[in-house]
Amino acid sequence: MVDKKLKSAYDFTWKNMEVGNIVTEPGNASARRTGDWRSDRPILDKNECIKCGFCWLYCPDAAVKQIDDGYFEIDMYYCKGCGICASVCPKKAITMVEEVEE
Amino acid sequence: MSKRVALEASHAVAEAVKMSDVDVISAYPITPQTHIPERLAEMVANGELQANYIPVESEHSALSACLGSVAVGARSFTTTASQGLELMHEVVYCGASMRFPMVMVVCNRSLSAPISVWGDHSDVMSCRDTGWIQVFCENSQEAFDLTVWGYRVAEDLKVMIPVMVNLDGFTLSHVTEPMFLPEQSEVDKFLPVFNYPYALNPDKPMTHGGLGQPDIYTEAKVAQEIALRKSKSVIIQGWKEFGDIFGRHYSPVEQYRAEDAKTLLLTMGSYSETAKVMIDERRARGESVGLISLRLWRPFPYEEFRKAVSGAETLIVFDRSISFGMGGPVFSEAKSALYSEASRPKVVGIIGGLGGRDMAVKDFEYVLDRGKEIAEQGSDRMIEVVGVRGEMIKA
Ligand code: SF4
Ligand code: SF4
Repeated sequence: MVDKKLKSAYDFTWKNMEVGNIVTEPGNASARRTGDWRSDRPILDKNECIKCGFCWLYCPDAAVKQIDDGYFEIDMYYCKGCGICASVCPKKAITMVEEVEE
Repeated sequence: MSKRVALEASHAVAEAVKMSDVDVISAYPITPQTHIPERLAEMVANGELQANYIPVESEHSALSACLGSVAVGARSFTTTASQGLELMHEVVYCGASMRFPMVMVVCNRSLSAPISVWGDHSDVMSCRDTGWIQVFCENSQEAFDLTVWGYRVAEDLKVMIPVMVNLDGFTLSHVTEPMFLPEQSEVDKFLPVFNYPYALNPDKPMTHGGLGQPDIYTEAKVAQEIALRKSKSVIIQGWKEFGDIFGRHYSPVEQYRAEDAKTLLLTMGSYSETAKVMIDERRARGESVGLISLRLWRPFPYEEFRKAVSGAETLIVFDRSISFGMGGPVFSEAKSALYSEASRPKVVGIIGGLGGRDMAVKDFEYVLDRGKEIAEQGSDRMIEVVGVRGEMIKA
């Protein structure tokens, strides 16, 4: 699973980067927060959902995950807000709402 | 004991590659570099050299294959010239930015159009900003020495930057000269086994050449620039240790009768030897003239260069290429390197030897005399070019 304690780009200075920018820990892309790019946030209404899995299948970022009861959840750590899930959902169970700064 | 032999500079490079125990050679033949890959292919085919020779379909692939082989920890070599260097251009940047230590020999040749297979420095000047360590040779001995030395410097863990060894097409690449070939044991003493710490290995996966978003690219580039600048101390240390073992000494800025000279000529590459004949003749007539040549072009040897010209009244920079719309690139860099100095010589730029146009001793006499004239009176010509036909228009 994701170790969210991994370094962000801002922890690096020119001094502590690996020679040639080589990534020595394999698979650490999962630690990279991509959710902060989002300007629209998908809101999934469980009452409308028929568990078809289209959102899970089409999400380009693997941000949609199936949970124990068979429904789907969106991980905002990764979701970039592209809206593909909302547009493929046959039940229009996902709505995109504008992100507001907290 | 080294033995004295007569070798064409291209074959001297091949010997250096062999004695450096290179694992992978990947090259595409192009005039005037052809004799290097040809000789190496022969060495591999007849078992003289235990290495993989990858016959690729282009220079872009030649360097790409080398970067791939360095990535798994194999000592790698390629060589090219002119259009070939242009074709591999994007990979040249990658090699330095990804910090892949290797050696590439460039047999300097002009660029099209018009098509010209003959020598000048247009090809290497297009690679000025690629981040490679770049050095120039004057003869077969240096072509051998700097190739071996190149691996030593490139592979130093404090450096990890590829080295480009420049030698003039035809006027050096195809010239047979006496030189010393060292013993294998001496080369082995100087050049340790290549131990690349980031070698790709399925047991310990890692990523080479990842994406750098705006939040990290600046740091990556600054780290690269600082590494290249700091490589100079290893470059100099490498030459010192080379001198201790082989008895031949190199420095970033070579000087010839330059210490007390009022007028200095600056050259790069094999024409320096022709220019030295002219310097000797003028010295015999009592003129205070000397020659400096930039052995090290990148990282630019600011400190050594400023020191070498500090006592001179005039510095005449001889360029073998044109940066279109600006003039001689070496002239421009030499001038800017001196701009912040409190006392500095007048700097004059003259271009010549383009596309294989011969530069004989008498032509260097012209460079010197015309250079001194410009230093005194200035020049109203748009561009100063040795022996160009047609009256030059005003600036
Ligand atoms: S908005 Fe885009 S990134 Fe976010 S969950 Fe939906 S499909 Fe995935
Ligand atoms: S696409 Fe819509 S209906 Fe299908 S699982 Fe996702 S949210 Fe539920």
